[in-house]
Amino acid sequence: MNLLGIDPVLLIASLMVSATPILLAAIGETVVEKSGVLNLGVEGMMIVGAVVGFITAVNTENPLLGFVTAAIAGALLSTIFATLVLYFKSNQVATGLGLTLVGLGVSALLGKPYEGIKSPTIKAFEIPLLSDIPVLGPMLFSHDLMVYISILIVALVWYTLKYTRVGLVLRAVGENHDAAHALGYKVIRIRFMAIMFGGGCAGLGGAYISLARVPQWTEGMTTGAGWIALAIVVFASWRPLRTLVGAYLFGGITVLQLNLQAAGVAIPVEYLSMSPFLITIAVLVIISARGNQGAPASLGRLFHASS
Amino acid sequence: MLEALLEITGLTKAYPGVVANNDVSFTINKGEVHALLGENGAGKSTLVKMIYGLVNPDAGSMKLNGASFVPESPNRARASGVAMVFQHFSLFDALSVAENIALGMDNAPPPKALAKSIEMVSQAYGLPLEPKRIVGTLSAGERQRVEIIRCLLQNPKLLIMDEPTSVLTPQEVEILFQTLRQLKAEGTSILYISHKLEEIRALCDTATILRHGEKVATCIPASTTARDMAEMMVGASFLNPIKAQREIGEVLLQVDNLSSQSAEAFGTSLRAISFELKAGEILGIGGVAGNGQDELLAALSGEMRTGSETVRLKNRAIGTLGPNRRRELGLLSAPEERLGHAAAPGMSLKENSVVTAARRMGLLKSGFINWNATDQFTQQVIADFDVRTPSTHTPAGSLSGGNLQKFVVGREVSQQPEVLVINQPTWGVDAAAAASIRQKLLDLADNGAGVIVISQDLDELLEISDYFCALNEGELSATYLTADLELDQVGLMMGGSHGAGQEAAQ
Repeated sequence: MNLLGIDPVLLIASLMVSATPILLAAIGETVVEKSGVLNLGVEGMMIVGAVVGFITAVNTENPLLGFVTAAIAGALLSTIFATLVLYFKSNQVATGLGLTLVGLGVSALLGKPYEGIKSPTIKAFEIPLLSDIPVLGPMLFSHDLMVYISILIVALVWYTLKYTRVGLVLRAVGENHDAAHALGYKVIRIRFMAIMFGGGCAGLGGAYISLARVPQWTEGMTTGAGWIALAIVVFASWRPLRTLVGAYLFGGITVLQLNLQAAGVAIPVEYLSMSPFLITIAVLVIISARGNQGAPASLGRLFHASS
Repeated sequence: MLEALLEITGLTKAYPGVVANNDVSFTINKGEVHALLGENGAGKSTLVKMIYGLVNPDAGSMKLNGASFVPESPNRARASGVAMVFQHFSLFDALSVAENIALGMDNAPPPKALAKSIEMVSQAYGLPLEPKRIVGTLSAGERQRVEIIRCLLQNPKLLIMDEPTSVLTPQEVEILFQTLRQLKAEGTSILYISHKLEEIRALCDTATILRHGEKVATCIPASTTARDMAEMMVGASFLNPIKAQREIGEVLLQVDNLSSQSAEAFGTSLRAISFELKAGEILGIGGVAGNGQDELLAALSGEMRTGSETVRLKNRAIGTLGPNRRRELGLLSAPEERLGHAAAPGMSLKENSVVTAARRMGLLKSGFINWNATDQFTQQVIADFDVRTPSTHTPAGSLSGGNLQKFVVGREVSQQPEVLVINQPTWGVDAAAAASIRQKLLDLADNGAGVIVISQDLDELLEISDYFCALNEGELSATYLTADLELDQVGLMMGGSHGAGQEAAQ
């Protein structure tokens, strides 16, 4: 079954791999925005995660340890943002943009000695029995561990936000921080933790690019994935399960255009390369025409704990 | 028989530049409805926030049931049996009733059990509520029920209510009072904050009066006249506005079948609004907050454009004109939100004058601002309206609420509008300043202008308006002569909890 020389089994399998970094970053950012904070520094946290994960993996020969340190690095970087925004009441948009610039700069510096090295990659984890199913097995159940972990994180976030008290409090803080404060919830503390969770997820997403998708380090290798993740949060109307749909959709377009390039379709390469971004813009325009549905009401607003 | 529940001794709280509470002491007895009375800024809110653990006092102590009571956080206060219904509801629009209630409880039961206890309490106290409804879709009265049930589920010993009736229709107030009396009969003490004197006389056993952060008196409301309490609050006597006989002239403003879609997620859409305003007439538009007041003001001021023919000024269709064009033609407006909508907080009074008066008062000269003329105009507003400010360079945001409101009203009235639309002219303004603002509006109508006053303060509307109508869910009721209205009828027009504004029309 081939269309234009593209194998659908391979297409879906590589779509999941290609979408995982965006998915991780987007689900983290969903939690951050649900708490009422807009962190535009996703790209910066991702690339720092990518470089730190890469360095750790190369030096320890242990890619899993690379992921762990990448998550820690992303979370640590996000604490700078959290401190500035929550305690010094700085502007969230400007601070987030600054975080991206810092992340790009720091990662370039740290990664310089590691250019051109190949990192150890994580092995595919073939789920017993399920991976033996024809077609579906190689398509869905023969990926590396991080693909499953990313889906698991999405499910956990969905469950937590919807069914647990922690999730309810988090949503309440993002919805009306003054009311949450009046009821005695620690708005700043809750947001700080949400921002760190977002940073950790972005770090994981970055590391997935440098350790699994393209197992090597190049400066600026996240190439806008953080921005796509931010767009997907809006696309998904701040809902975790829709984030999954969004990420796989954009991942799918990316993979498809690569496959189309390889298949030599008579469309200039430049158009194909820009297609995921063009489609992102188009989808966002359509969605914002419907209004900001589902946006947390306190999103991006400064919180002053005035008695 | 009288047993003290909460004893407050010498509570003091100072913020930079202002002492919010100075050495306040009083006692709330068990099963008592205790009123806390005072003007805006008298320190009522700070005081209750200290009792509820949101603010920690600088000095003083509290005793609950004879034991020392030091609430460090609202959770601690709730655990000790103190619950609070907030003035600006502490609710979350996008969440359901049950979720909102769960958020206000420290040990919320699982959703199913919670839904059951919500139903039980709402039946016991006659406060019907559906646990699954999204709070953003509820009326102000229903939203207050959510808050009250949230408190009642925790069996409070002391229930604090901060200005609970400011957003309710008269009927809803009556239901609330029944609930409160029932609670009182069950032995719950209630600390009732308000500046509405008649309510306090009807409901409360004791009243503590605060002025400038200090306790000035304790009285038995039932045996004290409203006038006496008002003067204790203000600390001086003041004049009530005088309404003169006026000539009613030709029609100035016609609104015909005005509808709009609200841009806000939980905003109100205007639905087929029609009315007429004649010269020398004050039309009062009442209604509970959030029933389309802001939207109506926006449609009249020109911030929101509607069909060309829906708004006519002196027989000229102006529905598609913007605010500047409408101002030139004589239709001026002053929105509710003083800081940020009616005035730019960071800009000086002078600059704020230019913003609305530039064209009408000729403050521009070939595109440049004529600062001399602006300064003169601002000085005149300050003098005529008794705005207390050091200079015309003072930033608007540093004026007190009452002074800024006098400036905002003065700036519009001084431009000699033919029609003035004003939303909540005396919101958060002390009684003396409110009386003077109302007098200015009456004077404006005396001079032949048409005035539309949108307000949630019924007493204000009944005092100054010639005609009265009410907004309810974006619909405007029929218009009546204010002098002929009964309070019951007003309540029905506002769409009291028993619905049917139409019945009032018969």
